Amino acid sequence: MNGWRKSPARFKIGLLIMLVVGLTALCSFVWTPYPPTAIDIASKLQPPSMRHWMGTDHFGRDILSMVMVGSRTSIAVAIAAVAIGIGIGVPIGLLAAERRGLIDDALMRLNDLIFAFPALISAIMITAVFGPGALNAIIAIGIFNIPVFARATRGAALSIWPREYILAARSTGKSDRRITFDHVFPNVSHLLMVQATIQFSLGILAEASLAYVGLGTQPPMPSWGRMLFDAQTMIGVAPHMAIFPGLAIVATVLGLNLFGDGLRDMLDPRASSR
Amino acid sequence: MANYAIRRLFISLMTLLAASAVIFALIEILPGDPARIMLGMNASEEAIRSLQEQMGLNQPLFMRYFSWLFGMLTGDFGRSYTYAVPVADLIRERVVVSLPLAVLSLVLSTAIAIPIGIFTASRRGRPADTAIMGATQLGIALPNFWLALLLVYVFAISLRLVPAGGFAGWETGTWTALKSLLLPAFALALPQAAILARITRSSLIETLAEDYIRTARAKGLSPAQVLYRHALRNAFIPVVTILGLQFAFLLAGTIIIENVFYLPGLGRLVFQSITQRDLIVVEGVVVLLVATVILINFLVDCSYALIDPRLAADR
Repeated sequence: MNGWRKSPARFKIGLLIMLVVGLTALCSFVWTPYPPTAIDIASKLQPPSMRHWMGTDHFGRDILSMVMVGSRTSIAVAIAAVAIGIGIGVPIGLLAAERRGLIDDALMRLNDLIFAFPALISAIMITAVFGPGALNAIIAIGIFNIPVFARATRGAALSIWPREYILAARSTGKSDRRITFDHVFPNVSHLLMVQATIQFSLGILAEASLAYVGLGTQPPMPSWGRMLFDAQTMIGVAPHMAIFPGLAIVATVLGLNLFGDGLRDMLDPRASSR
Repeated sequence: MANYAIRRLFISLMTLLAASAVIFALIEILPGDPARIMLGMNASEEAIRSLQEQMGLNQPLFMRYFSWLFGMLTGDFGRSYTYAVPVADLIRERVVVSLPLAVLSLVLSTAIAIPIGIFTASRRGRPADTAIMGATQLGIALPNFWLALLLVYVFAISLRLVPAGGFAGWETGTWTALKSLLLPAFALALPQAAILARITRSSLIETLAEDYIRTARAKGLSPAQVLYRHALRNAFIPVVTILGLQFAFLLAGTIIIENVFYLPGLGRLVFQSITQRDLIVVEGVVVLLVATVILINFLVDCSYALIDPRLAADR
Protein backbone atom coordinates (compact mmCIF):
# COMPACT_ATOMS: atom_id res chain seq x y z
CA MET A 1 0.00 0.00 0.00
CA ASN A 2 1.31 3.43 -0.91
CA GLY A 3 -0.89 5.31 1.48
CA TRP A 4 -3.93 7.47 0.91
CA ARG A 5 -2.20 10.29 -0.95
CA LYS A 6 -0.90 8.04 -3.70
CA SER A 7 -4.05 5.94 -4.06
CA PRO A 8 -5.94 6.31 -7.36
CA ALA A 9 -8.91 8.69 -7.52
CA ARG A 10 -11.39 5.91 -8.19
CA PHE A 11 -10.26 4.15 -5.02
CA LYS A 12 -11.04 7.28 -3.01
CA ILE A 13 -14.38 7.87 -4.72
CA GLY A 14 -15.32 4.20 -4.30
CA LEU A 15 -14.36 4.19 -0.63
CA LEU A 16 -16.34 7.39 -0.07
CA ILE A 17 -19.47 5.93 -1.67
CA MET A 18 -19.07 2.72 0.32
CA LEU A 19 -18.75 4.71 3.53
CA VAL A 20 -21.91 6.69 2.77
CA VAL A 21 -23.88 3.53 1.99
CA GLY A 22 -22.49 1.75 5.05
CA LEU A 23 -23.25 4.64 7.39
CA THR A 24 -26.76 4.98 5.94
CA ALA A 25 -27.36 1.31 6.65
CA LEU A 26 -26.07 1.70 10.22
CA CYS A 27 -28.10 4.86 10.71
CA SER A 28 -31.27 3.02 9.66
CA PHE A 29 -30.97 0.88 12.80
CA VAL A 30 -31.45 3.88 15.08
CA TRP A 31 -33.20 6.47 12.94
CA THR A 32 -35.26 6.76 9.76
CA PRO A 33 -37.39 9.79 8.81
CA TYR A 34 -40.55 7.65 9.11
CA PRO A 35 -41.12 4.06 10.21
CA PRO A 36 -40.31 2.17 6.97
CA THR A 37 -43.38 -0.07 7.09
CA ALA A 38 -45.88 2.53 8.34
CA ILE A 39 -48.82 2.66 5.94
CA ASP A 40 -50.41 6.09 5.41
CA ILE A 41 -52.91 5.80 2.56
CA ALA A 42 -53.87 9.50 2.83
CA SER A 43 -50.42 10.52 1.56
CA LYS A 44 -49.87 7.79 -1.06
CA LEU A 45 -47.92 8.24 -4.30
CA GLN A 46 -46.61 11.69 -3.37
CA PRO A 47 -43.75 12.99 -5.50
CA PRO A 48 -40.54 14.03 -3.70
CA SER A 49 -41.11 17.00 -1.36
CA MET A 50 -39.63 18.57 1.76
CA ARG A 51 -41.69 16.20 3.94
CA HIS A 52 -40.84 13.09 1.92
CA TRP A 53 -37.49 13.61 0.19
CA MET A 54 -37.94 10.65 -2.12
CA GLY A 55 -41.75 10.71 -2.15
CA THR A 56 -44.11 7.97 -1.00
CA ASP A 57 -45.25 4.66 -2.50
CA HIS A 58 -48.73 3.30 -3.23
CA PHE A 59 -49.25 2.57 0.47
CA GLY A 60 -48.03 6.02 1.51
CA ARG A 61 -44.80 4.56 2.94
CA ASP A 62 -41.82 6.92 2.97
CA ILE A 63 -39.44 5.82 0.19
CA LEU A 64 -36.32 7.32 1.79
CA SER A 65 -36.93 5.30 4.95
CA MET A 66 -37.48 2.14 2.90
CA VAL A 67 -34.34 2.73 0.84
CA MET A 68 -32.36 3.20 4.07
CA VAL A 69 -33.64 0.00 5.64
CA GLY A 70 -33.38 -1.83 2.32
CA SER A 71 -29.65 -1.19 2.22
CA ARG A 72 -29.26 -3.47 5.24
CA THR A 73 -30.81 -6.39 3.41
CA SER A 74 -28.72 -5.91 0.29
CA ILE A 75 -25.47 -5.57 2.21
CA ALA A 76 -26.19 -8.45 4.59
CA VAL A 77 -27.17 -10.85 1.79
CA ALA A 78 -24.17 -9.93 -0.37
CA ILE A 79 -21.68 -10.17 2.51
CA ALA A 80 -23.02 -13.52 3.66
CA ALA A 81 -22.87 -14.86 0.09
CA VAL A 82 -19.26 -13.70 -0.25
CA ALA A 83 -18.45 -15.35 3.09
CA ILE A 84 -19.82 -18.66 1.79
CA GLY A 85 -17.73 -18.30 -1.35
CA ILE A 86 -14.54 -17.53 0.58
CA GLY A 87 -15.16 -20.05 3.36
CA ILE A 88 -15.57 -22.98 0.97
CA GLY A 89 -13.93 -21.79 -2.25
CA VAL A 90 -10.58 -20.63 -0.86
CA PRO A 91 -9.72 -23.90 0.96
CA ILE A 92 -10.70 -25.82 -2.21
CA GLY A 93 -8.44 -23.65 -4.35
CA LEU A 94 -5.53 -23.91 -1.88
CA LEU A 95 -5.90 -27.68 -1.64
CA ALA A 96 -6.08 -28.08 -5.43
CA ALA A 97 -2.89 -26.05 -5.88
CA GLU A 98 -1.10 -27.91 -3.06
CA ARG A 99 -1.97 -31.45 -4.17
CA ARG A 100 -2.29 -31.04 -7.96
CA GLY A 101 -3.01 -34.30 -9.80
CA LEU A 102 -6.27 -36.15 -9.33
CA ILE A 103 -7.73 -33.98 -6.55
CA ASP A 104 -6.99 -30.87 -8.59
CA ASP A 105 -8.67 -32.35 -11.68
CA ALA A 106 -11.71 -33.53 -9.76
CA LEU A 107 -12.22 -30.21 -7.97
CA MET A 108 -11.83 -28.21 -11.16
CA ARG A 109 -14.31 -30.44 -13.04
CA LEU A 110 -16.78 -29.84 -10.21
CA ASN A 111 -16.17 -26.14 -10.71
CA ASP A 112 -16.87 -26.42 -14.43
CA LEU A 113 -20.14 -28.12 -13.55
CA ILE A 114 -21.31 -25.22 -11.39
CA PHE A 115 -20.14 -22.74 -14.02
CA ALA A 116 -22.31 -24.48 -16.63
CA PHE A 117 -25.42 -23.28 -14.84
CA PRO A 118 -26.31 -19.69 -15.63
CA ALA A 119 -26.08 -18.30 -12.08
CA LEU A 120 -29.36 -16.46 -12.20
CA ILE A 121 -31.33 -19.47 -13.44
CA SER A 122 -29.89 -21.68 -10.73
CA ALA A 123 -30.55 -19.07 -8.08
CA ILE A 124 -34.14 -18.94 -9.32
CA MET A 125 -34.33 -22.74 -9.21
CA ILE A 126 -32.83 -22.97 -5.73
CA THR A 127 -35.14 -20.33 -4.28
CA ALA A 128 -38.05 -21.96 -6.08
CA VAL A 129 -37.23 -25.37 -4.59
CA PHE A 130 -36.42 -24.27 -1.04
CA GLY A 131 -38.84 -21.36 -0.93
CA PRO A 132 -38.29 -17.64 -1.38
CA GLY A 133 -36.60 -15.59 1.33
CA ALA A 134 -33.40 -13.82 2.27
CA LEU A 135 -31.67 -16.93 3.67
CA ASN A 136 -32.22 -19.01 0.54
CA ALA A 137 -31.13 -16.06 -1.59
CA ILE A 138 -27.86 -16.04 0.38
CA ILE A 139 -27.36 -19.77 -0.22
CA ALA A 140 -28.25 -19.48 -3.90
CA ILE A 141 -25.86 -16.58 -4.52
CA GLY A 142 -23.22 -18.06 -2.20
CA ILE A 143 -23.04 -21.37 -4.07
CA PHE A 144 -21.99 -19.52 -7.21
CA ASN A 145 -19.29 -17.64 -5.36
CA ILE A 146 -17.62 -20.94 -4.41
CA PRO A 147 -16.18 -21.84 -7.85
CA VAL A 148 -15.24 -18.21 -8.47
CA PHE A 149 -13.08 -18.08 -5.34
CA ALA A 150 -11.80 -21.63 -5.84
CA ARG A 151 -10.61 -20.82 -9.34
CA ALA A 152 -9.06 -17.46 -8.41
CA THR A 153 -7.30 -18.96 -5.37
CA ARG A 154 -5.99 -21.95 -7.32
CA GLY A 155 -4.67 -19.78 -10.14
CA ALA A 156 -2.88 -17.42 -7.77
CA ALA A 157 -1.59 -20.22 -5.55
CA LEU A 158 -0.16 -22.12 -8.55
CA SER A 159 1.92 -19.07 -9.41
CA ILE A 160 3.27 -18.93 -5.83
CA TRP A 161 4.36 -22.57 -5.53
CA PRO A 162 7.35 -22.41 -7.96
CA ARG A 163 8.79 -19.34 -6.16
CA GLU A 164 12.16 -19.55 -4.46
CA TYR A 165 10.92 -18.73 -0.99
CA ILE A 166 8.69 -21.79 -1.16
CA LEU A 167 11.74 -23.86 -1.98
CA ALA A 168 13.53 -22.25 0.95
CA ALA A 169 10.63 -23.04 3.27
CA ARG A 170 10.62 -26.61 2.06
CA SER A 171 14.33 -26.98 2.73
CA THR A 172 13.70 -26.06 6.35
CA GLY A 173 11.51 -29.12 6.56
CA LYS A 174 8.06 -27.56 6.49
CA SER A 175 5.23 -29.77 5.28
CA ASP A 176 3.18 -28.79 2.22
CA ARG A 177 0.21 -27.97 4.44
CA ARG A 178 2.34 -25.65 6.60
CA ILE A 179 3.73 -23.95 3.50
CA THR A 180 0.17 -23.41 2.24
CA PHE A 181 -0.79 -21.72 5.52
CA ASP A 182 2.45 -19.82 6.17
CA HIS A 183 3.43 -18.69 2.68
CA VAL A 184 0.90 -19.39 -0.05
CA PHE A 185 -2.24 -18.09 1.58
CA PRO A 186 -0.75 -14.77 2.83
CA ASN A 187 0.55 -14.13 -0.69
CA VAL A 188 -2.76 -14.70 -2.44
CA SER A 189 -4.94 -12.93 0.12
CA HIS A 190 -4.66 -9.47 -1.46
CA LEU A 191 -5.94 -10.88 -4.73
CA LEU A 192 -8.85 -12.45 -2.89
CA MET A 193 -9.75 -9.06 -1.45
CA VAL A 194 -10.17 -7.68 -4.97
CA GLN A 195 -12.24 -10.72 -5.95
CA ALA A 196 -14.36 -10.31 -2.80
CA THR A 197 -15.19 -6.72 -3.79
CA ILE A 198 -16.27 -7.86 -7.27
CA GLN A 199 -18.42 -10.67 -5.88
CA PHE A 200 -19.89 -8.28 -3.31
CA SER A 201 -21.10 -5.95 -6.04
CA LEU A 202 -22.40 -8.87 -8.14
CA GLY A 203 -24.17 -10.11 -5.01
CA ILE A 204 -25.96 -6.78 -4.57
CA LEU A 205 -27.20 -7.01 -8.18
CA ALA A 206 -28.19 -10.68 -7.79
CA GLU A 207 -30.09 -10.02 -4.57
CA ALA A 208 -31.95 -7.17 -6.24
CA SER A 209 -32.82 -9.39 -9.23
CA LEU A 210 -34.12 -12.19 -7.02
CA ALA A 211 -36.15 -9.81 -4.86
CA TYR A 212 -37.49 -8.19 -8.03
CA VAL A 213 -38.92 -11.49 -9.30
CA GLY A 214 -40.34 -12.18 -5.83
CA LEU A 215 -37.84 -14.87 -4.80
CA GLY A 216 -35.63 -12.80 -2.47
CA THR A 217 -36.44 -10.87 0.68
CA GLN A 218 -40.16 -11.04 1.40
CA PRO A 219 -42.41 -8.09 2.30
CA PRO A 220 -42.93 -6.26 4.58
CA MET A 221 -39.11 -6.23 5.01
CA PRO A 222 -38.06 -3.47 2.59
CA SER A 223 -35.56 -4.41 -0.11
CA TRP A 224 -34.42 -2.49 -3.17
CA GLY A 225 -35.37 -5.20 -5.64
CA ARG A 226 -38.82 -5.64 -4.13
CA MET A 227 -39.39 -1.86 -4.24
CA LEU A 228 -38.63 -1.92 -7.97
CA PHE A 229 -41.16 -4.72 -8.41
CA ASP A 230 -43.81 -2.56 -6.72
CA ALA A 231 -42.73 0.41 -8.81
CA GLN A 232 -43.24 -1.46 -12.07
CA THR A 233 -47.03 -1.24 -12.10
CA MET A 234 -46.88 2.40 -10.94
CA ILE A 235 -44.26 3.55 -13.41
CA GLY A 236 -46.76 5.69 -15.35
CA VAL A 237 -48.05 7.60 -12.30
CA ALA A 238 -45.14 7.50 -9.85
CA PRO A 239 -41.76 7.15 -11.60
CA HIS A 240 -40.02 8.28 -8.38
CA MET A 241 -40.92 4.90 -6.90
CA ALA A 242 -38.57 3.31 -9.43
CA ILE A 243 -35.89 5.98 -9.59
CA PHE A 244 -34.66 6.10 -5.99
CA PRO A 245 -34.26 2.39 -5.11
CA GLY A 246 -32.57 1.95 -8.50
CA LEU A 247 -30.18 4.82 -7.83
CA ALA A 248 -29.34 3.23 -4.48
CA ILE A 249 -28.37 -0.03 -6.25
CA VAL A 250 -26.35 1.79 -8.92
CA ALA A 251 -24.49 3.90 -6.34
CA THR A 252 -23.61 0.92 -4.16
CA VAL A 253 -22.44 -1.25 -7.07
CA LEU A 254 -20.54 1.66 -8.62
CA GLY A 255 -18.82 2.42 -5.31
CA LEU A 256 -17.77 -1.22 -4.87
CA ASN A 257 -16.51 -1.51 -8.45
CA LEU A 258 -14.47 1.70 -8.25
CA PHE A 259 -13.03 0.62 -4.91
CA GLY A 260 -12.16 -2.83 -6.27
CA ASP A 261 -10.57 -1.42 -9.44
CA GLY A 262 -8.51 1.04 -7.44
CA LEU A 263 -7.45 -1.67 -5.02
CA ARG A 264 -6.30 -3.88 -7.90
CA ASP A 265 -4.33 -1.02 -9.41
CA MET A 266 -2.55 -0.41 -6.11
CA LEU A 267 -1.71 -4.08 -5.63
CA ASP A 268 -0.78 -4.75 -9.25
CA PRO A 269 0.58 -1.59 -10.90
CA ARG A 270 0.92 -3.46 -14.21
CA ALA A 271 -2.85 -3.78 -14.46
CA SER A 272 -3.41 -0.05 -14.07
CA SER A 273 -2.00 0.57 -17.54
CA ARG A 274 -5.04 -1.17 -18.97
CA MET B 1 -6.73 -29.85 -33.30
CA ALA B 2 -9.16 -32.74 -33.94
CA ASN B 3 -7.85 -34.51 -30.85
CA TYR B 4 -8.30 -31.38 -28.79
CA ALA B 5 -11.83 -30.85 -30.08
CA ILE B 6 -12.79 -34.46 -29.30
CA ARG B 7 -11.39 -34.17 -25.78
CA ARG B 8 -13.30 -30.93 -25.16
CA LEU B 9 -16.45 -32.48 -26.61
CA PHE B 10 -16.14 -35.45 -24.24
CA ILE B 11 -15.69 -33.15 -21.24
CA SER B 12 -18.68 -31.06 -22.37
CA LEU B 13 -20.89 -34.13 -22.68
CA MET B 14 -19.83 -35.37 -19.23
CA THR B 15 -20.61 -31.94 -17.77
CA LEU B 16 -24.02 -31.99 -19.42
CA LEU B 17 -24.73 -35.46 -18.04
CA ALA B 18 -23.75 -34.41 -14.53
CA ALA B 19 -25.74 -31.18 -14.83
CA SER B 20 -28.87 -33.07 -15.90
CA ALA B 21 -28.53 -35.34 -12.85
CA VAL B 22 -28.20 -32.30 -10.57
CA ILE B 23 -31.28 -30.65 -12.08
CA PHE B 24 -33.27 -33.88 -11.80
CA ALA B 25 -32.22 -34.34 -8.17
CA LEU B 26 -33.01 -30.74 -7.26
CA ILE B 27 -36.49 -30.95 -8.72
CA GLU B 28 -37.04 -34.24 -6.87
CA ILE B 29 -36.55 -32.39 -3.56
CA LEU B 30 -39.46 -30.08 -4.37
CA PRO B 31 -42.47 -30.82 -2.22
CA GLY B 32 -45.68 -31.94 -3.91
CA ASP B 33 -46.60 -35.04 -5.87
CA PRO B 34 -47.42 -34.16 -9.50
CA ALA B 35 -50.24 -36.71 -9.66
CA ARG B 36 -51.88 -35.20 -6.57
CA ILE B 37 -51.51 -31.70 -7.99
CA MET B 38 -53.03 -32.65 -11.35
CA LEU B 39 -56.07 -34.31 -9.84
CA GLY B 40 -56.75 -31.70 -7.20
CA MET B 41 -57.61 -31.84 -3.50
CA ASN B 42 -60.62 -34.14 -3.65
CA ALA B 43 -59.16 -36.95 -5.74
CA SER B 44 -59.46 -40.50 -4.41
CA GLU B 45 -56.34 -42.40 -3.40
CA GLU B 46 -57.09 -44.94 -6.11
CA ALA B 47 -57.24 -42.34 -8.88
CA ILE B 48 -53.99 -40.81 -7.66
CA ARG B 49 -52.30 -44.20 -7.59
CA SER B 50 -53.39 -45.10 -11.10
CA LEU B 51 -52.21 -41.72 -12.43
CA GLN B 52 -48.88 -42.17 -10.64
CA GLU B 53 -48.55 -45.51 -12.39
CA GLN B 54 -49.49 -44.01 -15.75
CA MET B 55 -46.90 -41.23 -15.33
CA GLY B 56 -44.26 -43.68 -14.16
CA LEU B 57 -43.97 -41.95 -10.76
CA ASN B 58 -43.98 -45.26 -8.90
CA GLN B 59 -40.78 -46.42 -10.58
CA PRO B 60 -37.43 -46.20 -8.80
CA LEU B 61 -35.65 -42.86 -8.93
CA PHE B 62 -32.81 -43.78 -11.27
CA MET B 63 -35.19 -45.50 -13.72
CA ARG B 64 -37.19 -42.29 -13.95
CA TYR B 65 -34.00 -40.31 -14.45
CA PHE B 66 -32.90 -42.48 -17.36
CA SER B 67 -36.29 -42.52 -19.06
CA TRP B 68 -36.42 -38.70 -18.68
CA LEU B 69 -32.90 -38.43 -20.10
CA PHE B 70 -33.51 -40.72 -23.08
CA GLY B 71 -36.80 -38.99 -23.74
CA MET B 72 -35.02 -35.66 -24.08
CA LEU B 73 -32.45 -37.13 -26.46
CA THR B 74 -35.33 -37.96 -28.81
CA GLY B 75 -36.93 -34.56 -28.35
CA ASP B 76 -39.55 -35.82 -25.88
CA PHE B 77 -39.49 -33.55 -22.82
CA GLY B 78 -42.60 -35.16 -21.28
CA ARG B 79 -46.05 -33.66 -20.85
CA SER B 80 -46.84 -30.55 -18.87
CA TYR B 81 -48.81 -31.37 -15.70
CA THR B 82 -51.02 -28.30 -15.90
CA TYR B 83 -51.50 -27.76 -19.65
CA ALA B 84 -51.46 -31.47 -20.59
CA VAL B 85 -49.51 -30.69 -23.76
CA PRO B 86 -45.98 -31.84 -24.64
CA VAL B 87 -43.34 -29.71 -22.90
CA ALA B 88 -41.43 -29.56 -26.18
CA ASP B 89 -44.38 -27.70 -27.76
CA LEU B 90 -44.49 -25.16 -24.90
CA ILE B 91 -40.76 -24.57 -25.23
CA ARG B 92 -40.96 -24.23 -29.02
CA GLU B 93 -43.68 -21.56 -28.66
CA ARG B 94 -41.56 -19.56 -26.20
CA VAL B 95 -38.14 -19.99 -27.76
CA VAL B 96 -39.19 -17.83 -30.72
CA VAL B 97 -39.38 -14.92 -28.26
CA SER B 98 -36.41 -15.55 -25.96
CA LEU B 99 -33.83 -16.59 -28.53
CA PRO B 100 -34.34 -13.62 -30.89
CA LEU B 101 -34.30 -11.36 -27.81
CA ALA B 102 -30.96 -12.77 -26.66
CA VAL B 103 -29.48 -12.63 -30.18
CA LEU B 104 -30.73 -9.08 -30.72
CA SER B 105 -29.16 -7.93 -27.44
CA LEU B 106 -25.88 -9.63 -28.31
CA VAL B 107 -25.85 -7.86 -31.70
CA LEU B 108 -26.70 -4.52 -30.06
CA SER B 109 -24.10 -4.97 -27.34
CA THR B 110 -21.36 -5.85 -29.87
CA ALA B 111 -22.33 -3.02 -32.20
CA ILE B 112 -22.12 -0.51 -29.35
CA ALA B 113 -19.07 -1.91 -27.58
CA ILE B 114 -16.52 -2.67 -30.31
CA PRO B 115 -16.44 0.83 -31.87
CA ILE B 116 -16.28 2.40 -28.40
CA GLY B 117 -13.45 0.06 -27.42
CA ILE B 118 -11.46 0.90 -30.56
CA PHE B 119 -12.15 4.62 -30.22
CA THR B 120 -11.09 4.84 -26.57
CA ALA B 121 -8.02 2.64 -27.08
CA SER B 122 -6.82 4.92 -29.87
CA ARG B 123 -7.35 7.97 -27.64
CA ARG B 124 -5.98 6.43 -24.50
CA GLY B 125 -5.53 8.87 -21.62
CA ARG B 126 -7.21 11.77 -23.41
CA PRO B 127 -10.37 13.41 -21.99
CA ALA B 128 -12.67 11.50 -24.38
CA ASP B 129 -11.22 8.19 -23.16
CA THR B 130 -11.54 9.14 -19.50
CA ALA B 131 -15.13 10.36 -19.93
CA ILE B 132 -16.28 7.27 -21.85
CA MET B 133 -14.55 4.89 -19.44
CA GLY B 134 -16.30 6.67 -16.57
CA ALA B 135 -19.60 6.14 -18.37
CA THR B 136 -18.88 2.43 -18.80
CA GLN B 137 -18.31 2.15 -15.02
CA LEU B 138 -21.81 3.52 -14.62
CA GLY B 139 -23.12 1.10 -17.29
CA ILE B 140 -21.71 -1.92 -15.45
CA ALA B 141 -23.45 -0.85 -12.25
CA LEU B 142 -26.89 -0.62 -13.91
CA PRO B 143 -29.27 -3.46 -13.03
CA ASN B 144 -30.80 -4.32 -16.41
CA PHE B 145 -34.35 -4.58 -15.07
CA TRP B 146 -34.10 -1.07 -13.59
CA LEU B 147 -32.79 0.27 -16.88
CA ALA B 148 -35.75 -1.50 -18.50
CA LEU B 149 -38.18 0.31 -16.19
CA LEU B 150 -36.62 3.67 -17.02
CA LEU B 151 -36.69 2.93 -20.76
CA VAL B 152 -40.37 2.00 -20.50
CA TYR B 153 -41.07 5.27 -18.74
CA VAL B 154 -39.22 7.40 -21.30
CA PHE B 155 -39.82 5.66 -24.64
CA ALA B 156 -43.13 3.87 -24.09
CA ILE B 157 -45.06 6.03 -21.62
CA SER B 158 -43.73 9.55 -22.19
CA LEU B 159 -42.75 9.46 -25.88
CA ARG B 160 -45.06 6.61 -26.97
CA LEU B 161 -42.53 5.39 -29.54
CA VAL B 162 -42.75 1.67 -28.73
CA PRO B 163 -45.18 -0.57 -26.86
CA ALA B 164 -44.63 -0.73 -23.08
CA GLY B 165 -44.94 -4.49 -23.03
CA GLY B 166 -46.37 -7.61 -24.61
CA PHE B 167 -45.32 -9.31 -27.79
CA ALA B 168 -47.08 -8.72 -31.11
CA GLY B 169 -46.07 -12.13 -32.49
CA TRP B 170 -43.99 -12.85 -35.57
CA GLU B 171 -47.10 -13.35 -37.72
CA THR B 172 -47.84 -9.61 -37.43
CA GLY B 173 -44.72 -8.85 -39.43
CA THR B 174 -41.04 -8.82 -38.61
CA TRP B 175 -40.85 -5.09 -37.86
CA THR B 176 -43.85 -5.02 -35.51
CA ALA B 177 -42.49 -8.03 -33.64
CA LEU B 178 -38.97 -6.60 -33.52
CA LYS B 179 -40.35 -3.32 -32.19
CA SER B 180 -41.69 -5.05 -29.10
CA LEU B 181 -38.25 -6.63 -28.54
CA LEU B 182 -36.30 -3.42 -29.03
CA LEU B 183 -36.55 -1.94 -25.51
CA PRO B 184 -35.94 -5.23 -23.68
CA ALA B 185 -32.97 -6.00 -25.95
CA PHE B 186 -31.51 -2.56 -25.33
CA ALA B 187 -31.98 -2.88 -21.57
CA LEU B 188 -30.15 -6.21 -21.64
CA ALA B 189 -27.45 -5.02 -24.03
CA LEU B 190 -26.33 -1.76 -22.44
CA PRO B 191 -24.72 -3.09 -19.22
CA GLN B 192 -23.12 -5.90 -21.24
CA ALA B 193 -21.83 -3.41 -23.82
CA ALA B 194 -20.13 -1.47 -21.01
CA ILE B 195 -18.21 -4.60 -19.98
CA LEU B 196 -17.38 -5.55 -23.56
CA ALA B 197 -16.16 -2.04 -24.44
CA ARG B 198 -13.74 -2.09 -21.49
CA ILE B 199 -12.39 -5.49 -22.49
CA THR B 200 -12.00 -4.50 -26.15
CA ARG B 201 -10.15 -1.37 -25.07
CA SER B 202 -7.76 -3.06 -22.65
CA SER B 203 -7.07 -5.94 -25.01
CA LEU B 204 -6.35 -3.54 -27.88
CA ILE B 205 -4.08 -1.39 -25.71
CA GLU B 206 -2.15 -4.50 -24.71
CA THR B 207 -1.83 -5.66 -28.32
CA LEU B 208 -0.69 -2.22 -29.49
CA ALA B 209 2.28 -2.53 -27.11
CA GLU B 210 3.53 -5.72 -28.83
CA ASP B 211 6.78 -5.86 -30.76
CA TYR B 212 5.16 -6.81 -34.07
CA ILE B 213 3.07 -3.65 -33.92
CA ARG B 214 6.27 -1.62 -33.56
CA THR B 215 7.68 -3.49 -36.56
CA ALA B 216 4.55 -2.76 -38.56
CA ARG B 217 4.83 0.93 -37.70
CA ALA B 218 8.54 0.92 -38.46
CA LYS B 219 8.00 -0.43 -41.94
CA GLY B 220 5.85 2.64 -42.64
CA LEU B 221 2.24 1.42 -42.32
CA SER B 222 -0.29 4.11 -41.50
CA PRO B 223 -1.86 4.02 -37.99
CA ALA B 224 -5.14 2.81 -39.51
CA GLN B 225 -3.39 -0.02 -41.34
CA VAL B 226 -1.59 -1.07 -38.17
CA LEU B 227 -4.85 -0.98 -36.22
CA TYR B 228 -7.08 -2.82 -38.66
CA ARG B 229 -4.62 -5.24 -40.25
CA HIS B 230 -2.47 -6.22 -37.27
CA ALA B 231 -3.82 -5.17 -33.91
CA LEU B 232 -7.56 -5.84 -34.11
CA ARG B 233 -7.36 -9.48 -35.15
CA ASN B 234 -5.08 -10.33 -32.25
CA ALA B 235 -6.96 -8.21 -29.77
CA PHE B 236 -10.19 -10.06 -30.50
CA ILE B 237 -9.19 -13.30 -28.70
CA PRO B 238 -10.38 -12.22 -25.24
CA VAL B 239 -13.32 -10.42 -26.83
CA VAL B 240 -14.56 -13.70 -28.33
CA THR B 241 -14.45 -15.37 -24.90
CA ILE B 242 -16.48 -12.62 -23.32
CA LEU B 243 -18.97 -12.71 -26.21
CA GLY B 244 -19.51 -16.40 -25.52
CA LEU B 245 -20.00 -15.80 -21.81
CA GLN B 246 -22.29 -12.87 -22.50
CA PHE B 247 -24.58 -14.87 -24.73
CA ALA B 248 -25.15 -17.32 -21.89
CA PHE B 249 -25.71 -14.42 -19.52
CA LEU B 250 -28.12 -12.71 -21.94
CA LEU B 251 -30.12 -15.89 -22.39
CA ALA B 252 -30.50 -16.08 -18.61
CA GLY B 253 -31.11 -12.34 -18.39
CA THR B 254 -34.10 -12.62 -20.71
CA ILE B 255 -35.84 -14.45 -17.84
CA ILE B 256 -35.86 -11.31 -15.69
CA ILE B 257 -36.40 -8.85 -18.51
CA GLU B 258 -39.36 -10.79 -19.91
CA ASN B 259 -41.09 -10.07 -16.61
CA VAL B 260 -40.68 -6.32 -17.02
CA PHE B 261 -42.14 -6.33 -20.52
CA TYR B 262 -44.69 -9.15 -20.13
CA LEU B 263 -43.05 -11.04 -22.98
CA PRO B 264 -44.28 -14.62 -23.46
CA GLY B 265 -40.79 -16.16 -23.51
CA LEU B 266 -39.00 -18.96 -21.66
CA GLY B 267 -38.61 -16.79 -18.55
CA ARG B 268 -42.33 -16.28 -18.12
CA LEU B 269 -42.81 -19.99 -18.77
CA VAL B 270 -40.37 -20.87 -15.98
CA PHE B 271 -42.02 -18.56 -13.45
CA GLN B 272 -45.53 -19.72 -14.30
CA SER B 273 -44.38 -23.32 -14.05
CA ILE B 274 -42.72 -22.72 -10.68
CA THR B 275 -45.90 -21.22 -9.19
CA GLN B 276 -48.03 -23.99 -10.70
CA ARG B 277 -45.59 -26.69 -9.52
CA ASP B 278 -45.31 -27.82 -13.15
CA LEU B 279 -41.87 -29.25 -12.48
CA ILE B 280 -41.37 -31.12 -15.69
CA VAL B 281 -41.56 -27.84 -17.62
CA VAL B 282 -39.01 -26.19 -15.29
CA GLU B 283 -36.71 -29.19 -15.74
CA GLY B 284 -36.99 -29.05 -19.51
CA VAL B 285 -36.27 -25.33 -19.81
CA VAL B 286 -33.35 -25.39 -17.37
CA VAL B 287 -31.74 -28.41 -19.07
CA LEU B 288 -32.09 -26.67 -22.43
CA LEU B 289 -30.47 -23.47 -21.11
CA VAL B 290 -27.62 -25.35 -19.44
CA ALA B 291 -27.05 -27.38 -22.63
CA THR B 292 -26.85 -24.12 -24.58
CA VAL B 293 -24.29 -22.70 -22.17
CA ILE B 294 -22.16 -25.86 -22.38
CA LEU B 295 -22.38 -25.82 -26.20
CA ILE B 296 -21.28 -22.18 -26.31
CA ASN B 297 -18.35 -22.86 -23.97
CA PHE B 298 -17.31 -25.75 -26.23
CA LEU B 299 -17.46 -23.53 -29.32
CA VAL B 300 -15.48 -20.79 -27.56
CA ASP B 301 -12.81 -23.33 -26.56
CA CYS B 302 -12.58 -24.56 -30.15
CA SER B 303 -12.40 -21.04 -31.56
CA TYR B 304 -9.47 -20.34 -29.21
CA ALA B 305 -7.61 -23.30 -30.61
CA LEU B 306 -8.30 -22.08 -34.14
CA ILE B 307 -7.09 -18.55 -33.38
CA ASP B 308 -4.09 -19.68 -31.34
CA PRO B 309 -2.91 -23.26 -32.10
CA ARG B 310 -0.53 -23.21 -29.13
CA LEU B 311 -3.50 -23.53 -26.77
CA ALA B 312 -4.56 -26.86 -28.29
CA ALA B 313 -1.04 -28.21 -27.87
CA ASP B 314 -0.80 -27.11 -24.22
CA ARG B 315 -3.85 -28.78 -22.82
